[in-house]
Amino acid sequence: MTATPAETTAHDTASDTAPDTARGTAWDGFKGGLWRDTVDVRDFVQHNYAPYEGDAAFLTGPTERTTAVWQRLLAMFPDENERGVYDVDIATPSRIDAFKPGYVDGTATDHKDLVVGLQTDAPLKRAIMPNGGWRMVESALNSYGYAADPAVKDVYTHLRKTHNEGVFDAYTPEIRACRSSGIITGLPDAYGRGRIIGDYRRVALYGVDRLIAAKEADKARLAEQWPTEHVVRDREEISEQIKALGELKAMALSYGYDISAPATTGREAVQWLYFAYLAAVKEQNGAAMSIGRIDAFLDIYLQRDLDAGLLTESGAQELIDDFVIKLRIVRFLRTPEYNELYSGDPTWVTWSMAGIGEDGRPLVSRTTFRALQTLYNLGPAPEPNLTVLWSGRLPRPFKDFAAQVAIDTSALQFESDELTRPKYGDDTAIACCVSAMAVGKQMQFFGARVNVAKALLYAINGGRDEKTGELVVEGFAPVEGDHLDYDTVAEAYDAMLGWLAKTYVHALNVIHYMHDKYAYERLEMALHDQDIVRTMACGIAGLSVAADSLSAIKHARVKVVRDDTGLAVDYEIEGDYPAYGNNDDRADDIARRIVSDFMAKIRRHPTYRDAVHTQSVLTITSNVVYGKKTGNTPDGRRAGLPFAPGANPMNGRDEHGYIASALSVAKLDYDDAEDGISLTNTITPDALGRTPEERIAHLAGVLDGYMASNGFHMNVNVLDKATLEDAMEHPENHPQLTIRVSGYAVNFVRLTREQQLDVINRTFHGSL
Amino acid sequence: MTVLLGSGPDAAATRTPAAPAPVAAATPAAAATHRPVTGSVHSWDLSTGVDGPGTRFVTFLAGCPLTCLYCHNPDTWRMRSGRRTTADDVIAEAAKYRAFIEAAGGGATVSGGEPLLQPVFTGELLHRLKHELGLHTALDTSGFLGARATDALLRDVDLVLLDIKSWDRDTYRHVTGRPLRPTLDFADRLAALGKEVWVRFVLVPGLTDDPANIDGVARFAAGLGNVSRVDVLPFHKLGEAKWDALGKDFTLRDTPAPTPEQVAAAKAIFAARGLRAV
Repeated sequence: MTATPAETTAHDTASDTAPDTARGTAWDGFKGGLWRDTVDVRDFVQHNYAPYEGDAAFLTGPTERTTAVWQRLLAMFPDENERGVYDVDIATPSRIDAFKPGYVDGTATDHKDLVVGLQTDAPLKRAIMPNGGWRMVESALNSYGYAADPAVKDVYTHLRKTHNEGVFDAYTPEIRACRSSGIITGLPDAYGRGRIIGDYRRVALYGVDRLIAAKEADKARLAEQWPTEHVVRDREEISEQIKALGELKAMALSYGYDISAPATTGREAVQWLYFAYLAAVKEQNGAAMSIGRIDAFLDIYLQRDLDAGLLTESGAQELIDDFVIKLRIVRFLRTPEYNELYSGDPTWVTWSMAGIGEDGRPLVSRTTFRALQTLYNLGPAPEPNLTVLWSGRLPRPFKDFAAQVAIDTSALQFESDELTRPKYGDDTAIACCVSAMAVGKQMQFFGARVNVAKALLYAINGGRDEKTGELVVEGFAPVEGDHLDYDTVAEAYDAMLGWLAKTYVHALNVIHYMHDKYAYERLEMALHDQDIVRTMACGIAGLSVAADSLSAIKHARVKVVRDDTGLAVDYEIEGDYPAYGNNDDRADDIARRIVSDFMAKIRRHPTYRDAVHTQSVLTITSNVVYGKKTGNTPDGRRAGLPFAPGANPMNGRDEHGYIASALSVAKLDYDDAEDGISLTNTITPDALGRTPEERIAHLAGVLDGYMASNGFHMNVNVLDKATLEDAMEHPENHPQLTIRVSGYAVNFVRLTREQQLDVINRTFHGSL
Repeated sequence: MTVLLGSGPDAAATRTPAAPAPVAAATPAAAATHRPVTGSVHSWDLSTGVDGPGTRFVTFLAGCPLTCLYCHNPDTWRMRSGRRTTADDVIAEAAKYRAFIEAAGGGATVSGGEPLLQPVFTGELLHRLKHELGLHTALDTSGFLGARATDALLRDVDLVLLDIKSWDRDTYRHVTGRPLRPTLDFADRLAALGKEVWVRFVLVPGLTDDPANIDGVARFAAGLGNVSRVDVLPFHKLGEAKWDALGKDFTLRDTPAPTPEQVAAAKAIFAARGLRAV
């Protein structure tokens, strides 16, 4: 991709457009009617977007201004990386309008930002968000060398209860024991749950006043209903939403923008949408703060300005570049424990794009290309988490460009539009890594995951922990004998998974009750419909270890090694067994059954707010931590060694290349894992073809083939091992080296050494 | 179940050019008496962009009459080291990838070792990959045993990946332990049949990289008229551990991989003869 520095006149043109608050002008030239009368962004998009079936030749490089702004931030990153944080405001608990305006470079009068707004009053300065829990704030501050502000501490320990405190008030001893043994890990009881996507487009299309009016109407309808506990809660929540919208307006006004009315230009549309998102990340330290499906929406506004001669292509690209710069510097203050689970400081600003509409037209616009182009104009980066909804029906030039960008940057993930659209419609976006949801109409209660490999060891040991010997689960008999009998183990495992599912859903009900009560996502939920679908997003880790262990027990002979208390602490395998990851049904069926059985067990337990039960097969980087907390397993894995990430087969056991491995994963039924199934592939360039053109065509083909085989998700890294090894030794030479892990991307140099080694040792698929 | 064509060493050869043998059993008796065709298989793999166009199901047969000094799979030299496998099993495995390959683009490649060391088995695989599974087929061969490929076998091949390891005869013999002539004869025959060929040439510094040697291959390949591409493959030492494991002496231990400039220069020689070299 050539990067042509463009003239700055486009920027000037865009910035000279005066705000116009008249809705008549704002909606000039837009088609369709339904969206005018009710809040319905999808209808607006479908009536007004222009599918783009051409190639990437129209794209432009960064302007001098863009490069200068990005360079200023780049210069700050090494310092931030060194200390873990660049700066923290310890005294100001964050809320939407808590901070004075801040700019990347300069002040209100001389800054160079095209899209304005920061989480605090300075770039990279992090805020405290104590509603989630005071202990986490204090622990995070201390770990970076800050002392907590005594006045703030007093408020959140004596005057104001937090989510974390609430959860532990209602946890059972059993849940606490599971939490500390590591069979259930990463529960959002000590951090914000995230994975809720506000429909930030609504602010641009309708303006805040119209959204407030719609919420007032919802509230008025509820006033007619008898105040059951549910009705009272709904009324209180709507009131909170309306207050948040008011704060959003005030925050925007502090930057000089009145967003009570709709955006009238492309630049305003980007700005209004960003203000809405910014309000969400000022208020919530959510695990994943995704931005939704915004490419076709923004394209409508940019195209209208382009058609009217108000904007040049370079100006349009510059807007997207500056917007992406802002998304790249979203920061949260997090604890060391959190960072261990989800390393590399991720925020999951997942931007979902492309896909196919229900009418068959591709939802690819020029702005879809512009979003990908940011990876060239600014260089690779993990955020925003650019997510291409892939379909075999996407236009060929777009497929080629997306494949090219993936090969050049290792910064894209691909998810099956053909699997999500039938379930959630064509206005679906991904939250976090692989969680699909209809934007503004659906949210999830994030539930992290349970360790199904450790659960197998609990089944064998009758509920005793294989590392400590302590009895964690009461009422189960251990599996006896020198050799493991498959039917006996399978029965014990089934019972143990049943107990685990019950305990797990129990914990999640407590967590989400308290999160709604003490750390409600006011602004994000203000950008949802009143009647929404909620899902209870459970998850599993260690699938490949559990499946291979059962396969070993079934197809080879597995001898148990016991310590003097009778605890099974190791296993000796006699003979070979088929391993998950070779497209071999003997092993793959076991994996598929674990997923579907556990889903069935989860569904037995009623959920908070009648949420629909789902699960994911996803680990993020916690495969390292889960492995650390799990003893020797019957598949031959040694204690403490990392699990494979997500739904990946175990490192090195997939013997027939990454496609055979991927097709094992594709056998897991999406109906049993509607919260997503994650697969990460790291391929050397040679293993994709001999010329750049071939590699592009081949990768696009591999994605077509995987999705045609019902594969759900693929992270694609195209890297040489030597590059990663060099980056470990010389991080200063690879500041922007990006690599996809399970469901997100990270700056490789920000991973811990342990995690870097895990990535390097993970199956590299190359050619001999 | 399909009745297998190759019920003995001569079965493939008896197929007449005009009328390929029927795939289905002619009579129940024929079905009852057929013996499955088996071969010695080293492994199978899915690869992209390295064994012919697109994503391919690649069967590596065991056994090779050549002992190339730079071979990166010396573990495929002996037929005995492979696993006796029926064609049914290979086809059943390949069938799992048909949908993927149809969507991704690609096909199936029979490679080795030297697949023409087992011409009946190879012919059986190619025929069924092409006609039963509808896949694009490629045969990856040194051509040394090209005479063993029947016209019927070649009709089931869409593309031949032909290794011409050297033009200079002495170098060829030094590298492979065998004469060059059979490979050239096979190339001429493929040209006469109008069969698409990709020539593969391994560039080994100090061994095959003499410009005159490269140009010899280039001139010959260009004269054939059916060579649509030349793969210039840079020598690498990733197979070194396999030589050690087999207790064999890897004599190129100290030979460096060619530099990008050397690779570009070799490609330029092919390009100068009007060939598409990658």
